[in-house]
Amino acid sequence: MQNDMIGPRGPKPRSIFRLSNLVVYGTITILALYYLAPLYVMVVTSLKSMSEVRLGNVFALPVNLTFDPWFKAWSSACTGLKCEGLMGGFLNSVIITVPSVIVSIAIASVNGYALANWPYRGANIFFTILIFGAFVPYQLMLYPIVIILRELGVFGDLAGLVIVHSIFGMPILTLIFRNYFSSLPAELFKAARIDGAGFWGIFFKVMLPMSLPILVVAIILQVTGIWNDFLFGIVYTRPESYPMTVQLNNIVNSTYGEKEYNVNMAATIITGLVPLTIYFISGKLFVRGIAAGAVKG
Amino acid sequence: MSASKRPNFLFQNLASKIASIPMILTAVVIFVGCTLWTVAYSFTGSRLLPRWRWVGLDQYERLWETDRWMISINNLILYGVLMMLFSLALGFLLAALLDQKIRGENVFRTIFLYPYALSFVVTGLTWQWLLNPDFGVQKLVRDLGWSTFEFAPLTNNDWAIYGVLLAGLWQGSGLVMVLMLAGLRGIDQDVWKAARVDGISTWKTYIFIVLPMMRPIFVTAVVLVATGIIKIFDLIVAQTDGGPGLSTEVPAKYVYDMMFSSQNLGQGFAASTTMLLVVLVIIIPWSFYEFGGRRDAK
Amino acid sequence: MLMESVSIKNLDLNFGSVEVLKNLNLDVHQGEFIVLLGSSGCGKSTLLNCIAGLLDVSDGQIFINGNNVTWQEPSERGIGMVFQSYALYPQMTVEGNLSFGLRNAGVAKAEIQKKVARAAEILQIEALLKRKPSELSGGQRQRVAIGRALVRDVDVFLFDEPLSNLDAKLRTDLRVEIKRLHQQLKNTMIYVTHDQIEAMTLADRIAIMREGKIMQLASPAEIYGRPVNKYVADFIGSPAMNFLEGRVEKGAFHFAGGVLPLDQYNFSEGMDGDRDAWIGIRPEHVLVAETLAKADLTVSVRADIVEPMGADTLLWCEFGGQSFRIRLDGQFEIKEGDMIDIGFTSNAISLFDKSSEMRL
Repeated sequence: MQNDMIGPRGPKPRSIFRLSNLVVYGTITILALYYLAPLYVMVVTSLKSMSEVRLGNVFALPVNLTFDPWFKAWSSACTGLKCEGLMGGFLNSVIITVPSVIVSIAIASVNGYALANWPYRGANIFFTILIFGAFVPYQLMLYPIVIILRELGVFGDLAGLVIVHSIFGMPILTLIFRNYFSSLPAELFKAARIDGAGFWGIFFKVMLPMSLPILVVAIILQVTGIWNDFLFGIVYTRPESYPMTVQLNNIVNSTYGEKEYNVNMAATIITGLVPLTIYFISGKLFVRGIAAGAVKG
Repeated sequence: MSASKRPNFLFQNLASKIASIPMILTAVVIFVGCTLWTVAYSFTGSRLLPRWRWVGLDQYERLWETDRWMISINNLILYGVLMMLFSLALGFLLAALLDQKIRGENVFRTIFLYPYALSFVVTGLTWQWLLNPDFGVQKLVRDLGWSTFEFAPLTNNDWAIYGVLLAGLWQGSGLVMVLMLAGLRGIDQDVWKAARVDGISTWKTYIFIVLPMMRPIFVTAVVLVATGIIKIFDLIVAQTDGGPGLSTEVPAKYVYDMMFSSQNLGQGFAASTTMLLVVLVIIIPWSFYEFGGRRDAK
Repeated sequence: MLMESVSIKNLDLNFGSVEVLKNLNLDVHQGEFIVLLGSSGCGKSTLLNCIAGLLDVSDGQIFINGNNVTWQEPSERGIGMVFQSYALYPQMTVEGNLSFGLRNAGVAKAEIQKKVARAAEILQIEALLKRKPSELSGGQRQRVAIGRALVRDVDVFLFDEPLSNLDAKLRTDLRVEIKRLHQQLKNTMIYVTHDQIEAMTLADRIAIMREGKIMQLASPAEIYGRPVNKYVADFIGSPAMNFLEGRVEKGAFHFAGGVLPLDQYNFSEGMDGDRDAWIGIRPEHVLVAETLAKADLTVSVRADIVEPMGADTLLWCEFGGQSFRIRLDGQFEIKEGDMIDIGFTSNAISLFDKSSEMRL
């Protein structure tokens, strides 16, 4: 019979240690170790002296913490014949990335805007080709582009790389810009047209000021992608202008004599620092960028 | 539309067309033009420089008789199948775990995704170090007592590709996880409630009800992972440079080496054309699935 | 006395610091059709989810058929639930949807087949068993959703706004189906909606909820005729009740429109003293033309806006210093600007205390 408040009452008592919790947290922690271990190992190794490295294993914490490997990696590690560290590569990467990001985003945003607001006959066909082109392996276009760049006189120059990065960044960027501009209220555009503004007027006065969120996503995508690039960095550059990724590979994989693992690891971390920093700062925006790039069509 | 005079049609919407010139050039000259150029020249006897000397299917015959190419194809298939299976499974598992409303969800997601932000070179070199026989995981476990523990895949012809797999999975699964998580969040919450009222346990709900509902996401993930697998190059160069021996050779590396080291452009073109064919085999059916025969992409 | 079908005692539910349900008590009789009615945020869906076991309560107890189910999983409570989106398993056939819960519980195949067949027969969906949910109409989906509960032989059916997503015509048809089903099965049914028409037509009793409390729990007629406070009076009835301020004094209501003797008004216990009050008059209870003779108070007003709706005509006029709605028969001839005599009797009005808004 129904008694007055005797028997189960209120929220069900649930032990924190119940099986479902243990399984979930346990699994996720073990998996997290898989993902964290390499980072931990990189950091720890880069802070040891070589004698410590040789004595212990990769997981041991440094006894005598030293930043020497970092300094060496930056300014005196050897890539082939020169021993000037990563600094040159870092500067090259910056010089490559900044203009490439600006140019590729400039072009793609205009593309996306044209497709979304000023469609012309055949526009969608070109866009479709662009998207399909994103799936074609780079190897197919590698050599002809060499020829084109040589003809234009920019092979091996910064300008050549900027062109290449703009080309290959165009599909994804155009897609996300197009989708973004399509999602803006059509009334804004119509009102601007009624006010007499034309293609470029509306772009600079109306669309661009409203594009901050998508610009940030595009910048994140491009900086990460271009900074991390390797293939174009070895095909379309001369050795003086190698980006950081190529230099890193040369430092680690082509040292003569004894390998200085601690320096290698420091160099690896330094190379990864820029995109990692962007990742940690941008958080959810990074995820949105991936999702936007990944969910094609 | 009624027939308009030719000049008017071309000059309509001029600003937009001019602004789109980069896109049009890229699409036509680069994506279509260059690809066709490479395919065309794969039928020539080019060596150091491209020469228009027709040799028919000669390059392809030689390609498929080359041990190195056959090995790279085998390696790619092995790597590809395993990478696909594991990254889908791992990505889904991670997404499902993160979906459980756990504490610190943001922290865990950050942990699972940060490798995706790294260059393949960084990934390759890191895992090369981790799998180092003298200092890496093998040494650690041996130090702990299991003195005969073996874990140095990168030194072993038969196992090297698995070492690369570990690295590739580490980096690529984050992307799959993001996709799966987005898919999970898009599932009607009422379906969860209905399953609970029906008495279905959580894991069974995931497998029998939620998973089938995520078919479109899985298809997207498969396509993305597949295209990534075929292009794999940076990771190999950094982690193993194709070795030991040829045990981690891959087609993309073969193409690069043929074109820029071995002065055998014809082979390089033939190999890359073959890669294109494989991609088409995946992309064309997927396009029909995704766009169902509609002519315009959304 | 028969055991109550569902009994809720002193239920509290808090989301963080927000009190969603406060000290709620509710007894649902066997075989009764109870509607939880209210606007969004009043807590009706939350209460339903608590009864279902999908939400943990912060305090209090829930009994179903005498069993304390407060800590039990939804599938152990003997309840079935129909959701707003129906939530059918999209990749399974109708048959799969109906049988999945039973298969999962390890029930024998033959037994499952029997139950599925019986449910399909009652709901007349035998022909649809091999179809997938995407191939069904809205009404068919609703029946399958109900079928999922039917096959499990539950005592209590819970409905969470099942008709809210549908267009008006479909809503009317499916509403009737639900009522028919209740007459056929005679199970207890607890139904959540914000639509007063659904509530009035389906319910044996309505529980009008506001800010986590039950304002009034009574039959539709009672709620319509004797709303317990101003909120309930305003909520039920379309077009809405007219409210005018005034004062109860010496057995009559004094207000801007005049003085209405209250001889026929049924005061609640102890509420008949003089006080400031609201008067509530339903548009359909205003007397005109032939019925005017019965009026205790008659006035003349000017028609401002005439809205002909076919069967009825809604008349807007100014009365007592504010906008006043009157429902007239559709045949009544009137146009904007006409003067019309209207009247009131005190047995067709409601009075509410000015400050507490409770019924006098």
